[in-house]
Order: sequence, then structure tokens, then C-alpha cells
Amino acid sequence: MTQLALVIDLNVCVGCHACVTSCKQWNTSGPAGYMSDDNPYDKDPTGTFFNRVQTFEVGNYPNTETVHFPKSCLHCEDPPCVPVCPTGASYKRESDGIVLVDYDKCIGCKYCSWACPYGMREIDEHQKVMKKCTLCVDRIYDTSLPEAERKPACVMACPTNARLFGDVHDPESEVSLAIRERGGYPLMPEWGTKPANHYLPRRKTRITIHEDELTRADNPLKKERKQAPHTIEGPTLDDSTMW
Amino acid sequence: MHPAFSVIFLTTLSGVGQGLFLALVTAQSYAAVGFIELENPSAFFGIGSLIALLFLAAGLFASFFHLGHPERAWRSIARWRTSWLSREVIVLPLFMGVVFIYGVLHYFGWDPNVLGVSNPLQGQLSLLVGLVGTVICFALFVCTAMIYACIKFLQEWHTPLTVANYILLGTASGFTLATAYAAIQAPHLTTLYAVWAVIITLSALVTRVWSLLRNRRIQYKSSLRTAVGISHSNIVQKSQGFMAGSFNTREFFHGAPRQVFLAIKWAFLVLVFPVPLLLLAAGMGSSAVAVLLAAFLVQYAGLIAERWFFFAQANHPQNLYYQTVG
Ligand code: SF4
Ligand code: SF4
Repeated sequence: MTQLALVIDLNVCVGCHACVTSCKQWNTSGPAGYMSDDNPYDKDPTGTFFNRVQTFEVGNYPNTETVHFPKSCLHCEDPPCVPVCPTGASYKRESDGIVLVDYDKCIGCKYCSWACPYGMREIDEHQKVMKKCTLCVDRIYDTSLPEAERKPACVMACPTNARLFGDVHDPESEVSLAIRERGGYPLMPEWGTKPANHYLPRRKTRITIHEDELTRADNPLKKERKQAPHTIEGPTLDDSTMW
Repeated sequence: MHPAFSVIFLTTLSGVGQGLFLALVTAQSYAAVGFIELENPSAFFGIGSLIALLFLAAGLFASFFHLGHPERAWRSIARWRTSWLSREVIVLPLFMGVVFIYGVLHYFGWDPNVLGVSNPLQGQLSLLVGLVGTVICFALFVCTAMIYACIKFLQEWHTPLTVANYILLGTASGFTLATAYAAIQAPHLTTLYAVWAVIITLSALVTRVWSLLRNRRIQYKSSLRTAVGISHSNIVQKSQGFMAGSFNTREFFHGAPRQVFLAIKWAFLVLVFPVPLLLLAAGMGSSAVAVLLAAFLVQYAGLIAERWFFFAQANHPQNLYYQTVG
């Protein structure tokens, strides 16, 4: 069975909000209707978004790190938001695991938003129905788009390629490899929701350089010249390496 | 959570109606086995059922204000297999129907001896309807409470005490109203009802205080660490992705200052329990209508505060993501 999902690489996300704006642009112009805003250019602007980028600071000064954290529906494999819906408006598709809301059935009771531990659902204050990320279900199967563009709008927009999209049930897919090889993890595993979206952790990139790798004790380019007496005691890298 | 008045009124008003119905059936069962004598039962049960029905209807009316699309409310009967909300939507009108039938049977005296037994247990159709109604009434309490108790990550709600509180608080307010109603309509029942109202209110005091104590020492399973998946003891939010509010900041925070929050807790602890208990004790001997009515009104006002606090106290794990504007 297929389970489409996003894998978000926190190591390269720079918090530019390109995914937020491209998501809003694509989905507010889509066939499901606009995503309403109030006071967009005024005091206290507010509106409906499927995707947000938050920022956290981790560590104790001065050893802190800034972590940008994109946040959208995780398309849980065992979504607690679905069974609580009294109308059946919220559902999980058998075919690809996307969790969707049928806007024509939703009565706007907000119960599903209470039942999502992550706060990924937002009511549209004007259409009065519950909204959430659709994984761009109206893009990814659109055969009028070139194959390479059949991806969620956020994935297309990300300038650092921090967002990967694919089937996490296919062990050889790009997303499965990323989860497996780069330590992908789910959010709040304690609730057993089994989120399909995964996050890739921050990584420390360190190179190990020894002093004798920086100072060439016997530079072959200058073999003919008179050697300055070098300061390193004992055998050096150059003594044991065939250049 | 943000307490919505539509839901506060739905749960408290229908609790009163359910409790009052249980009180009526209690009196009828006592009479059926000859514990008490009833004078003019048709008016007592008929009008009593009407009052219960009015409370239930008011609760149902309030619930519509919670919906974004009330015109589609009928759709919410679809998922009764999985959703307690759907079950409540089915059981509430069903219960109202039974209360209506119960009242009509009594008021018009259509009470054939269906069981074929005579004294002391009179085989009355209305008694059977009353017993069926009692079962449905408890089912409704359970459905209402389970809407909240079934969400496991709202840890303040995820306990059998939630169900106990909904049953006992609703029944207590219904019996208090029944006491005042009896003082007007059937004074010889006042003491019976007052004693039950006191017993149920005291039981509710036990379970409600128990749940308050339980919630005081709750260990939250989620933390910022599990929420963003970074193992560090010092994670501070710097931005929640927007500068002003969103649905997430409005729906899941009660927004009241700490003092108000605590004041409401003490207000409900005083108004739901000691004050009505004193008024019931003061009014039951003399069937003083004004005192008993005051007992009900004070208790009901206290229940509004109780329900407000019930919602406000629940701490949704999504709040971890919405701690800092910036
Ligand atoms: S993240 Fe929330 S809204 Fe999305 S599937 Fe999981 S529980 Fe449902
Ligand atoms: S708000 Fe809509 S989708 Fe959510 S539980 Fe209610 S009816 Fe279902």
C-alpha cells in the first residue's frame, strides 16, 4: 500500500517561508476555493494556512543553534483526527494514505482539530470548514503537468531542497532511504499516531584535520630548493604517504 | 482549551434536563412499589417532563451555535461507529423523543397495565417508557462525557472521572431543580428529592475534587522535545510562523489571566456544592419554593463556571508549538 508523505530536512531548512507562500498561493487558487484571510495588510492579520514555519533556539548561550521547523499535517498512518469526525468529512484515502477533508460534508464542529495532537488543522473562518494540508492532491496526479512538477507546491518551492516527497512504504524510495540513512524521526511518537511525514535531524559536520595535514613538511613542488628546517617532531604524514 | 459558550450551555442545560427526568422516574418507581403516594401524578409528571424537554431543547439549540454549518448538522449521524460526537447527536434527540412520550402518556393518563401485574407493582406503560428513558439518559451522559474523555492526549480529560463528573453533576442539578419543582407542584415529594439532591451533590463533590487533585499532579507525556524531536533540555521558541493570531492560538488557549482562572475554580467549588447544599437543607423542611429555586439557580450558575474551568484547564499538546509570538 502506498503512503505518500513529506520528509523535511531540518539540517538544511533556512526558514525562508518559501514553502508557506507557495502553499498558500497554490491552494488559495485551487478548485477547492480560497483560503480566507482577515486584515492581511492591517493590525492583527490572520488567515488560513496549511503550512507554517516556526523557529526554535536550542542550547545554552553562546552554544545555541537556530532550528527552523516547517509544520503541516503529517498524514498520520493512524490519524486520531479521522475517527472522531461525526460526518465522515475527514477521511484517509486507502489508495495513497493522504488525509483529506470533504469541504461539502464538514459541519465545522472543530472536533477533529481537538483530536490532532499537533495542531495541524485550521478552521477557515469564512467558509466555516476545517482545512489542512492535502499534499497537493490536485497537483500530484495532474497529468497535464510535466512529470517533474507532479509534486506538492512546497516541495517545488524549497530553495534548499529541504522537502522530499514520496512513498514511505516503498523501501527503495528517496524518502524511505532518507529516513533510514539519515535518522528520520516522527513527531510526538508517544501518541501512537504513526505520522507518515518524518523529519531529518540537524547534523554536525566536522572535518578532522591534523596539524601536519596543514603544514607540508616536505613540499615536493619545492624539492629543489633549500629546505627550511621543519618544526614537527617525528614522522609526518609525508613520510608515510606516496604522493 | 478555549471554552465555547455553546458547548458550556449544551452540556449544562441537557444535564439539568436529564437529571430532572431521572428524578421523575425515581418518584414513579417509588410510587410503583408503594414507597410513596402520589397526588395528581399526571400533572406532576406531565409538566415535569415538559420542563425537562425545554432544558434539553435549549441545550440542543445552544449546540447549533458551535457549528460552522448548522444546516448540515444532520450529516453528523453518519459516523456513530467511531465518533462519540456522532453518537451524542443520535442519542440526544432520541432521548428527547422518549421524554416527550413519557410526558404525554402521563399527562393524558394513557397508561395501560401492560405488565398485567397489579399492586404494589402496577404494570404501567409509562413506567416502562421511564425505564427505557433512564437507560438512554445514562447513554447520553456517557456519550457527552466520552467526547472529551476519549481524546487521550488531552490528559486532564482522559479519565473515567470525566464520565463520573458529567453524570453526577448533571443529575445533581436535575434533582435540585426537581426539589424546587416538587415544592411547587407536589410538596410531599420535596424531602425525598432534597435528600437525593444532597446525596448526589455530595457524590459529585467527591468525584470533582478527585479529578481536580488528579489533574494537579498530571505528568504531561509531550514536551517541546518530542514536539520538535530534538533532545535538548533547553529549547526556546523564537517564532510561531506569524505575528498575530491564528486558529491555533484562539481555539486552544483560554486566554484568561491566572487570577481569573483560579477565581473561576473557587467560584464553581463554592457555587455548585456548599451553597446549594445549605439552601437545600434550609428549604426542604418547609418546602420554601424561593429558597429551593435559589439552590437550583446558584448550582446552575456554578455549573457554568465548572464547565468553563473544565475546558480551560485542559492543556492541548499543540500549545507546545504556540508559545512565543515573534
Ligand atoms: S497530523 Fe493531525 S491532522 Fe494530520 S493526520 Fe495526523 S492527526 Fe490528522
Ligand atoms: S470540523 Fe468537519 S472534518 Fe472536523 S470533525 Fe467536524 S465535521 Fe469532521
